[in-house]
Amino acid sequence: MTIGHTLLGLLEEAGPRHGYDLKRAFDQRFGHDRPLHYGQVYSTMSRLLKNGLVEVDGIEAGGGPERKRYAITDAGITDVAGWLTTPEKPEPYLSSTLYTKVVLALLTGRDAAELLDTQRAEHLRLMRELTKRKRSGELADQLICDHALFHLEADLRWLELTTARLDKLAAEVRA
Amino acid sequence: MTTSLLTATGLRKIYSGTPALDGADFAIRAGETVAVMGPSGSGKSTLLHCLAGIVPPDEGTITYEGRELSAMSDGERSALRRSRFGFVFQFGQLVPELTCVENVALPLRLTGLGRREAERAARPWLERLEVDDVAHHRPGEISGGQGQRVAVARALATTPRVIFADEPTGALDSLNGERVMELLTAAARETSAAVVLVTHEARVAAYADREIVVRDGRTRSLEPAS
Amino acid sequence: MTLLQDLRMGLAFAFRGGKEGWTRTLLTAVGVGLGVALLLLTTAIPAALQARDQRGNDRSDLQPQQLKHATATSILVGNGDTTFGDDDIHGRLVRPEGAKATPPPGLDRYPRPGEMAVSPALADRLNDKDAGLLRDRLPYKITATIGDAGLAGGPAELAYYAGSDDLRYGTDSVHRIGGFGHDAVPGSLDPVLLLLVLIVFVALLMPVAVFVAAAVRFGGERRDRRLAALRLVGADAAMTRRIAAGEAAAGALLGLVFGTGFFLVGRQVAGGLTVLNVSVFPADLNPAPWLAALVAVAVPAAAVAVTLFALRNVVIEPLGVVRTAKPKRRRLWWRVLLPLAGLAALFPLIGKGDDGGDFNAYQVTTGVVLLLTGITALLPWLVEAVVARLGRGNRAPVSWQLAVRRLQLNSGSAARLVNGIAVAVAGAVALQMLFTGVEDDYTRQTGQDTEQAQMWVRASGAGGAHLDERLADTEGVRGTITLNRVSIALKARTEKSTTLTVGTCKALREVANLPSCTDGDIFYISGGYSDKYTKRITAPGSRVYLDPSYEFDKGKAVPWQMPRGARTATKKHAPNDMAREGVLATPAAARAPLASGTITAEAYVRTDPAVSDAADQVRTAAAAVDPLTTVMTLNSTEESNQFAGIRTGLLVGAVCVLLLIGASLLVGQLEQLRERRKLLSSLVAFGTKRSTLSLSVLWQTAIPVALGLTLATGTGVALGAVLLKMAATPVTVDWPAILTMAAAGGAVVAAVTLLSLPPLIRMMRAEGLRTE
Repeated sequence: MTIGHTLLGLLEEAGPRHGYDLKRAFDQRFGHDRPLHYGQVYSTMSRLLKNGLVEVDGIEAGGGPERKRYAITDAGITDVAGWLTTPEKPEPYLSSTLYTKVVLALLTGRDAAELLDTQRAEHLRLMRELTKRKRSGELADQLICDHALFHLEADLRWLELTTARLDKLAAEVRA
Repeated sequence: MTTSLLTATGLRKIYSGTPALDGADFAIRAGETVAVMGPSGSGKSTLLHCLAGIVPPDEGTITYEGRELSAMSDGERSALRRSRFGFVFQFGQLVPELTCVENVALPLRLTGLGRREAERAARPWLERLEVDDVAHHRPGEISGGQGQRVAVARALATTPRVIFADEPTGALDSLNGERVMELLTAAARETSAAVVLVTHEARVAAYADREIVVRDGRTRSLEPAS
Repeated sequence: MTLLQDLRMGLAFAFRGGKEGWTRTLLTAVGVGLGVALLLLTTAIPAALQARDQRGNDRSDLQPQQLKHATATSILVGNGDTTFGDDDIHGRLVRPEGAKATPPPGLDRYPRPGEMAVSPALADRLNDKDAGLLRDRLPYKITATIGDAGLAGGPAELAYYAGSDDLRYGTDSVHRIGGFGHDAVPGSLDPVLLLLVLIVFVALLMPVAVFVAAAVRFGGERRDRRLAALRLVGADAAMTRRIAAGEAAAGALLGLVFGTGFFLVGRQVAGGLTVLNVSVFPADLNPAPWLAALVAVAVPAAAVAVTLFALRNVVIEPLGVVRTAKPKRRRLWWRVLLPLAGLAALFPLIGKGDDGGDFNAYQVTTGVVLLLTGITALLPWLVEAVVARLGRGNRAPVSWQLAVRRLQLNSGSAARLVNGIAVAVAGAVALQMLFTGVEDDYTRQTGQDTEQAQMWVRASGAGGAHLDERLADTEGVRGTITLNRVSIALKARTEKSTTLTVGTCKALREVANLPSCTDGDIFYISGGYSDKYTKRITAPGSRVYLDPSYEFDKGKAVPWQMPRGARTATKKHAPNDMAREGVLATPAAARAPLASGTITAEAYVRTDPAVSDAADQVRTAAAAVDPLTTVMTLNSTEESNQFAGIRTGLLVGAVCVLLLIGASLLVGQLEQLRERRKLLSSLVAFGTKRSTLSLSVLWQTAIPVALGLTLATGTGVALGAVLLKMAATPVTVDWPAILTMAAAGGAVVAAVTLLSLPPLIRMMRAEGLRTE
């Protein structure tokens, strides 16, 4: 559901806008190496529409889905908030999702530090579990746990680093 | 929830104008291991020093088993540290002139035990920490990992209620560090000693039951969402 | 790299090695500087003493031949020396008889009658609030200041020249000279005194050398680590040694600069100080140029040598410093050889002090130096051997264990620090023995009985007649016995004479056993040297002359008809032990002699111990009778001046040396503590009592010092015994005095420990844990 939440968040930040503008905003901020397809945007938006998280704010002359202007609903706002405050399940290569979340939190004026700390706690919780498992496990088990632990540690370092640079990032994002 | 063994509220400590602690809270139950994390300079070590009664906070209260630390005399606090607390630092804590077994026996001797009894009591701890073979070596003649194990053995030797560990693995490679942590936490669990573990390494902190983060002299408790 | 480049690199490290490098260089420099300053001062002392002697000769009025007649340059001089409190005042009453009389050194012209010239110190003293009695005693107007050239005793000397027209040639305490100053034939020192001087110098300079050697090693451990870092970037072993040498030389050179500075400052300070009645002019403290040059060359050379010597057991590897793993057990044999060689050198000299023969100064010095050096060689071995056997007990306190273990690991550095004190104490003990041994030879038993009288006053001439009543009225005087004396003879010009003593019955009873006595009686003493002559003089109707003329001295020769009825008395010891002889008369029987102006009054004064300034009251009262009265405080012993001077020099030197060594101990101690800051804080963290750590610091110093003092006392006693044998004096050991010396060494240790406690306590705070 990441793209859906992201688009929702962007809608929340910038106010009602066209699907095309949403794609452009997404690409600009998060799509560095992988721009969004138009199709993806439209299918996502229609799903959001169906779930009542967005509404059509207006249709410009000419018709066609590409002419629709979307706005976020209250339910949509709640959904974004919920998403942002729910820690991701710690797993390798989370950074792009976490990054998106941090930026969106900053854009929508939410507490990004809180988000990072929640995530950090979740990471540590898993690390504790793995550590516990490692202590009682066989060597093979230990090695598997260690692999996960090293990856989680890398995430956690990233979280710490980002926390430390949050002010700078906020300034840049809002610029 | 069981009552806390060691509690601190509203700690403030200022070192030459800059606050090292600025309203920190802390609580630990018996047998619990708590990791204190945070960026360098955030005040983690100062928090540990305050909790252990090594430095008095400028403001705030610290209570150990219902007794307030700041109400004790320096001598009483020293006696408390001798009998109830154990310490492991990053390095430089072993007396270079004493052999390892003498180092471990040192806190026992401080509580009044004779040399022979103290050294006899120290031996099992060296065995426990797997450094019995270097018992009669001096700290300068053993590896860093062995040295830290001796330090842990020394911290445990008085069967303290709280062990304060300030970056105990900071100078060790990860394998050695983890081994030290395993031995430390396992021994602490067995003797149901609480451990205050100051570290900046997540994998070390993962040996704790929970963590608190110190940032700009303030503590944030990140209770795991369980 | 060449040798020069390496040395230069060392220099650069010394000065640009960051804060750490600087601290080390500075410590070395201060240490070397203090040593250099003391060396320079010591080398300057002979010159200073010579200058003092010279000034003393230049103003001397004691001349072998007196002038009989006034000339254009002649001067009448009266001795106005006095004492105020404990301070001796050099004073002269002067009256130039001719227009061409040269003023004494330090004066442009003679003070006019009723005026005086004073030394700056006396001017200050006279202004003191409590100097009322002194002002009364010297009631002259101050019109001039005596220049430095006139102050033999140094800047703090109290001295005055007062003008007087009352001085008359021919009175007892006035003499006529052609000018001030005489060419003294420098009396050569008695061989035993020479021996003393030699030992004093060696005993004082040896610790300084030990100290300089220790100062060069300050901060050695950190230096070694830095050198290891150099090895890592490619320096070879020889290069590191040269660089270390360069660094040491830099410290020593800076130390020379510091030392010169300290010396110059110390010289000025010395000018303002009076230690044990000795003060010197800064300008007098000029080391002989060749000695100064020797210091300038020897000190840096020694610094480099010591550094290289210290590095001989150290292998500096790229990754750290390896002290040749387990240093070999220190061997005893060559260490024992040194003191034995010293004894061997001194042995042939035994007994030489007796037959007036002289000691070979070089042989003495070599022997003593070897013996004292032996201590520095033996002490490390002793400390190591003893410490290895300590700390095995079960109940030994933790502080003891910590200290002993530390000493076991590194006994060398501890021994080095103590070497200085040990050498100083050994020298001092030997000297002390030599002193007490020969003291009797140089201290006169004066035979004065201080029970009956504490002061003695003599006034001649007209004033003498009033002395007794004047003293009786003086505050603090309990009683006086005044005897008026004059020589009497049967002829006006004679070679044979005896003494007429006039006094009250009470006074006469003090000097003789009288059968019975009322005023008007007259006696003669039997059993004196001139019994027969005395009988002739007291024969009925004999005519005698008071103050007859002798061969050179023209007396007044006042004729007197001896009263009849002289009875026999027997002599008795007077308080000042001047055996009496001749005629004793009560005042009524001798009115004419008393009025003749020929008599000299001598008063024995019993003072009231409760009046603290009684002595000064008496002196002032006596001066009021006549400024030329002689006042003596009676003492049972009196030291030879020369001997007292040497002893004073030793005390001054010993104090300086002990302070210096204390300073080096302190620096070493602080350095060691600083390196252990982290450890100390962690020990405190786990509840070590501060007292435990402080005690361990104390033990750590006290154990080697105790061993050092024991060795020093042993060596000192041995040396002292040999020296006494050399001086052909029975060997006695003055244990209390030796214990005092050892205690002084111990006091230095206590002071050092005490001074290092505040930094220790500061380091024990948790701040030590924070520095990472």
